[in-house]
Amino acid sequence: MKAATPLYSALFALLKRDLMLAFRHRAELVNPLIFFLIVVSLFPMGLNPQSQVLPMMGAAVIWVAALLAAMLSLDNMFRSDFDDGTLEQIVLSPWPLPAMVLMKVLAHWLVSGIPLVLLSPLLGVMFNLPAAGIGALVLTLLIGTPVLSLVGAIGVALTVGLRRGGVLLSLLVLPLYIPILIFGAGSVWDAALGSSIQGPLLFLGAILVLALTLAPFAIASAVRISLE
Amino acid sequence: MSMTQTLTDSPILEARQLRCERGERLLFESLSFRVAAGQLLQIEGANGSGKTTLLRALCGLSAPAHGDIIWCNEAIGDNSEDYHAQLTYVGHHPGIKLDLTAFENLRFTQDMSRTKASDTTLLAALDHIGLFGFEYVPCRHLSAGQRRRVALARLLIAQTRLWILDEPFTAIDRAGTQLLAQLLTQHLQNNGLIVLTSHQPIELPGGEITRLALH
Amino acid sequence: MWVWFHKLGSPPYFFRFSGIVLPYLAVACLLSLCIGVYWGLFIAPPDYQQSETVRIMYIHVPAAMFSMSIYIVMALAGAVTLIWRIKLAELIAAASAPIGASYTFIALVTGSLWGRTAWGNTYWEWSDPRLMSELVLFFLYLGYIALYYASEDRRGAARAAAVLALVGLVNIPIIHYSVEWWTSLHQGSTTRGTQIAATVHPSMRYPLFIMMLGFALFYAVTLMKNTRSMLLASERNNAWVKEVVSQHESP
Repeated sequence: MKAATPLYSALFALLKRDLMLAFRHRAELVNPLIFFLIVVSLFPMGLNPQSQVLPMMGAAVIWVAALLAAMLSLDNMFRSDFDDGTLEQIVLSPWPLPAMVLMKVLAHWLVSGIPLVLLSPLLGVMFNLPAAGIGALVLTLLIGTPVLSLVGAIGVALTVGLRRGGVLLSLLVLPLYIPILIFGAGSVWDAALGSSIQGPLLFLGAILVLALTLAPFAIASAVRISLE
Repeated sequence: MSMTQTLTDSPILEARQLRCERGERLLFESLSFRVAAGQLLQIEGANGSGKTTLLRALCGLSAPAHGDIIWCNEAIGDNSEDYHAQLTYVGHHPGIKLDLTAFENLRFTQDMSRTKASDTTLLAALDHIGLFGFEYVPCRHLSAGQRRRVALARLLIAQTRLWILDEPFTAIDRAGTQLLAQLLTQHLQNNGLIVLTSHQPIELPGGEITRLALH
Repeated sequence: MWVWFHKLGSPPYFFRFSGIVLPYLAVACLLSLCIGVYWGLFIAPPDYQQSETVRIMYIHVPAAMFSMSIYIVMALAGAVTLIWRIKLAELIAAASAPIGASYTFIALVTGSLWGRTAWGNTYWEWSDPRLMSELVLFFLYLGYIALYYASEDRRGAARAAAVLALVGLVNIPIIHYSVEWWTSLHQGSTTRGTQIAATVHPSMRYPLFIMMLGFALFYAVTLMKNTRSMLLASERNNAWVKEVVSQHESP
């Protein structure tokens, strides 16, 4: 009973707990995906486009819908823990808070981000995107969705203590999502036209690395402020 | 912290010239006190007098407007991870996930601390706290009193020196109250420290209790 | 120098100091704005390419420049808030936000008008990286203000907003480069923003500098006024505020 627990085992315990909790509400996890699907379909329905216009719209529409769906699912990250007092207990645990919140973001991405990535080829096909475009879509979403989770987590952590945090969260987080949108949607369009997207992919990768290194500290700071 | 160290160390929690505000209202200032091993500090005061704010400041969850909190001659901000390793806080919220079972909640708490405990130890703790037969029930299906007991079971398995408890006697029945009193007494006998708030004055047989009133 | 700076952080001292300095700054601001506007609108020569429309520059350029600088001041004050929890820094950041947002709005409107008359037929040009970055900066300001006023706890709100300002600060270069890169890859017509700073004739330079001074002074004056009133409100329970109020009341 006296052996000390290493950091990674505590991190793994937190990840496991979050995944377990998400799994116990798996019906709710599907909602953002359905939202994703419906929103994406709204655009061609509203515009009544000819088939040549579809791929052009597709890149942007799918990406914007992915942003919105990601934002919808953000609230789960901290709200429940805040309300029942377990977030406090995480802050009071003898481990670095940035590492702990990174695990929560990872759990969120595994549960909410990856399904978006997996659903995207289907949506790409709905918009008549060529294979290169669909490939770019999946790749950019794969790199982009973790950034959406990381940056979104900062916003959630800042607003979790507020009563009407919902719309405020969108105001805070959407402007920060804009660079990812620009590179993501732009890459898909470029790939569909046949050009190389190596540059934008590298830039997206760079944003991901920046977010991975800096966001945990911002999130930890925001969590502490919300708990004061 | 191992059990043998309780006989050689004597940690002290000290507050110096604390000043806390909530919003723009001053709660209290120039508050100083000391709690030594084997002592219990009970903080009394009317609702809104700042008891919870004080406890949270002692945990390091919020920073006081002025003053220092010292644990074993070190400010708690200087080495917060080590301080948290020696602290267990049970606040107003039970601090348990309703979607997990009592056992899973304890398992998680234990995995997040710096000590390892076996499953049998956790089950024994749940038994001791009066939840035999309810270990694998999701906490959502437990009564408020039972959820409180799960929260208090954390004290049983924690190996920490300092317990900070916010109104621990609320929402538990008579048997639970006796059990908790036993737990507290035992902790003091093991040279632990307790800081708690409560509406009614606590009486513990053989316990050294200091009372502090906030106005 | 540092000692004085530290003293400035104390609310009563800042209040006295700003009270003394404010009238002079206000006069200087009024003068420079009037001179600058008159000079820019009437005396300075029209541009050889754009004729009279270039006069928008005298408002657009200072507004755009300071919209960025004020954000940096806000972020720095935020950093001070997070590290040292100085109340005055919190108030300076909160008071700067609406001013910065207004400057950004002015820059957007004048930029759009200028672009329409000088280069194109549209009021808004999505391919212009500077205009796009400025738009996002406007959103960041609005988000900051929304977050600050979302909770009743002023000091906690100030700390939360400080984190947001710092995150936004990191984001600004990213946004700017992402838009710039994208438009340069696609359109190639991004000369709008870059042309301005490149060659400014001396006869146009002086009114521009005076306008910049005017905008800077306007920021300083408005900041001081707003900070003073926020300071009085938040310190109303302290003795020095009661003294100030009683001094004002007795004729």
